[in-house]
Amino acid sequence: MASVASKLYSDDVSLLVLLLDTNPFFWSTTSIKFSQFLSHVLAFLNAVLGLNQLNQVVVIATGYSSCDYIYDSSLTPNGNFESSGSGMPALFGSLLEKLEDFAAKDEELSKEEEHEDRIASSLLSGSLSMALCYIQRVFRSGHLHPQPRILCLQGSPDGPEQYVAVMNSIFSAQRLMVPIDSCYIGTQNSAFLQQASYITGGVHHTPKQLDGLFQYLTTIFATDLHSRGFVQLPKPVGVDFRASCFCHKKTIDMGYICSVCLSIFCEHHKKCSTCGSVFGQSKLDDVSSVSNKKRKAPDT
Amino acid sequence: MAGGGQVEKRVRYKSSVKDPGTPGFLRLTEAMLLFVPNDPKSDSKLKVQTLNIKSQKYTKEGSNKPPWLNLTNKQGKSHIFEFENYSDMHACRDFITKALAKCEEVPKKSAVSTSTEQLSIAELELRFKVLRENSELQRLHKQFVESKVLTEDEFWATRKKLLGQVSTGKSKQQVGLKSMMVSGIKPSTDGRTNRVTFNLTSEIIFQIFAEKPAVRQAFINYVPSKMTEKDFWTKYFRAEYLYSTKNTAVAAAEAAEDEELAVFLKPDEILARETRQKIRRVDPTLDMEADQGDDYSHLMDHGIQRDGTKDVVESQNDQFRRSLLQDLNRHSAVVLEGRSIDVESEDTRVVAEALTRAKQVSKADGETTKDANQDRLERMSRTAEMEDLQAPQNFPLAPLSIKDPRDYFESQQGNVLNEPRGAGALNRNVHEAYGLLKESILEIRTKGLSYPLIKSEVSFEVFSSLTQTISTAKNIIGKNPRESFLDRLPKSTKDEVLHHWTSIQELLRHFWSSYPITTTYLHTKVGKLKDAMSNTYSQLDAMKQSVQSDLRHQVSLLVRPMQQALDAAFQHYETDLQRRTAKSVGGSSSERPNGGV
Ligand SMILES: [Zn+2]
Ligand SMILES: [Zn+2]
Repeated sequence: MASVASKLYSDDVSLLVLLLDTNPFFWSTTSIKFSQFLSHVLAFLNAVLGLNQLNQVVVIATGYSSCDYIYDSSLTPNGNFESSGSGMPALFGSLLEKLEDFAAKDEELSKEEEHEDRIASSLLSGSLSMALCYIQRVFRSGHLHPQPRILCLQGSPDGPEQYVAVMNSIFSAQRLMVPIDSCYIGTQNSAFLQQASYITGGVHHTPKQLDGLFQYLTTIFATDLHSRGFVQLPKPVGVDFRASCFCHKKTIDMGYICSVCLSIFCEHHKKCSTCGSVFGQSKLDDVSSVSNKKRKAPDT
Repeated sequence: MAGGGQVEKRVRYKSSVKDPGTPGFLRLTEAMLLFVPNDPKSDSKLKVQTLNIKSQKYTKEGSNKPPWLNLTNKQGKSHIFEFENYSDMHACRDFITKALAKCEEVPKKSAVSTSTEQLSIAELELRFKVLRENSELQRLHKQFVESKVLTEDEFWATRKKLLGQVSTGKSKQQVGLKSMMVSGIKPSTDGRTNRVTFNLTSEIIFQIFAEKPAVRQAFINYVPSKMTEKDFWTKYFRAEYLYSTKNTAVAAAEAAEDEELAVFLKPDEILARETRQKIRRVDPTLDMEADQGDDYSHLMDHGIQRDGTKDVVESQNDQFRRSLLQDLNRHSAVVLEGRSIDVESEDTRVVAEALTRAKQVSKADGETTKDANQDRLERMSRTAEMEDLQAPQNFPLAPLSIKDPRDYFESQQGNVLNEPRGAGALNRNVHEAYGLLKESILEIRTKGLSYPLIKSEVSFEVFSSLTQTISTAKNIIGKNPRESFLDRLPKSTKDEVLHHWTSIQELLRHFWSSYPITTTYLHTKVGKLKDAMSNTYSQLDAMKQSVQSDLRHQVSLLVRPMQQALDAAFQHYETDLQRRTAKSVGGSSSERPNGGV
């Protein structure tokens, strides 16, 4: 007779870690109000919790200057789904309360912000790291646990200064075999999220109409990992991984790479502009510059 | 079957007149006489040098004796061969007579023997055997060797492996243990009662004793003084059953009540002692704890399935639980060790005692190295670092200082994101933005979720747009579009497509493996391959044109990846060609940075 616990934790039990973009600079520019957005999200979370008794949801707020856990369904007593007359499950009351506190704290922190020229991005690298830490703790808690996945609900543009941190998080998720799903509701395109989903085997989608967000969320992102083996989910046509040089931002397919910090340059430099390493003269240099320039040089 | 230099006949060989005879082949060459029995196990093989034949006698035709040839050697021993008929016998007799005459003529020449004559009987036998077992080879042999297209040696030279394999197959191999695990022994049920039956063979008993020294020791202790052998095994399998249920609580309860059963359920103390001893002998500099943290069993697709459930180690009642890995490791160790004893007894006790003795011997071997500990300490001190004796480790160290990590992101974004840095920060009213956010949160806290959450028309639009995205994506990059398309094509077209794929793959394999071009041979080869590929390319175009218009789109979808693959090869060919000609024209003149094209 198998033990009760191992029977219950079948492969379609999910731990969904939702990264909620609460960047005020994004939400003050959108067509849809943050409250409308929250309605869709909370209804979606409720649906996820209803899909399986053992499903677990954790919400991390991704602010402009900070991030924090604002909800963990495993900490809330079960069966508290009753409506309190306001058309909202009571169990999200604490989420909203925490969210309010979080917004206040985030505002305080933003005042101390020094980089005035920062793009109005949210702190995705931070919330990704928190999500991975949480998942890691679940992994280590024992052998019986739900299948974790991360969902980024993001509208803010990517923060270039977070590139290294975000990529490190993505690779950690890949190693842990935790897929990062991403739903991008902003105006530009998020390279972070595209790559995150591509590398970790998650789903990336950009909803066309935000008033139908709930439908997108339940149709695409409610699918548990087990069912993904059988369900045809929308796939992006491809991710553009081409790099451009650090010196001119020119897209190149062959170039020089700093052996210390991996910066890319279209031509030979004496010193790396990113990390300051001094390069020696390569023996191959004579040969390769001849063959290289031959193909690339006509426009110079 | 009479070749030029040899005669071969079917005979029975008799060592004496009374001997009923062994059937086989008699093969005569100028230098010697060989008898090869049909039965390869028979030991009546014979090899006589022609020089050594003293005389030959034979039975007369018309007498009521069968056609016998009796050869006497110079030591006076006689060999009798019974032929199938008289003509066979006469042929051999004549051959021997001639050979004898030749030997007397040039007695010294026989020292220079040809390779055939140096063959051992065993080798000849082997060749016969191989031919007998392989009719195709026999036909080849007949076709080429007997018609003198190939010599016997040439024929076999290319088949040395065949002969080698057969010969190695002959040596008696020591039989190892079965790889089946004893824990995998499943009982049979009669289907009506709850009775289960385990069938024990002496091999299984040996394996149980080898893998579980505690069971072996228990057998020696209890049987027959305390219980019968049957009772012993019944108890043993009761314990195994308890293991298999993984119900450690029941196992613990039963073990508490039954002292003998507990022996089977508790961890094997003898084994643990052996393991501890082994660990003590591991190189002290090896950090065995280092990989203990590498535990992936919580991840999907990791961990071990056993009997359909995941092998999970829980901490309570740990001593009544064995993991599959423990079983597997122990089993592998025993299988690798092989049969350590040479007792073929049906008596279980004899087997148990023999195994115990064998173990004691190997244990004694281990203990003779009393100074092993001393050795360990010495090794440790040799490898241990003495910090104050080390040279100062002042490696030149430069901390990685990335001036602006944004560069990494922008290098990925290329031209897409060309807005100047800081543009996003313009017109940013922090207070206002946070105010709006908090307002929104307050709104939903008081008013609740918006109602209706979503209009049904919007839902429908979302569904149809998603369906469209998925279905078009499937047509372009779907799992295996070729399969479904292929089946809709007429058979001739389908075959053509498949054939093109095969030949393109063959060409491309040769093409890409020819680079870098280092010899004129490769240069010529690549040129030929390129021509062949251009040929295929135009054939693909022609095929696209020739198919019916309703299939044309699908065929071109199939052909596209083929042409893309070829295009890549052509491009590489051109680039390489340009580089090579430029090099030969420009020489080593690096003064011309633009290559002077
Ligand atoms: Zn550049
Ligand atoms: Zn560098």
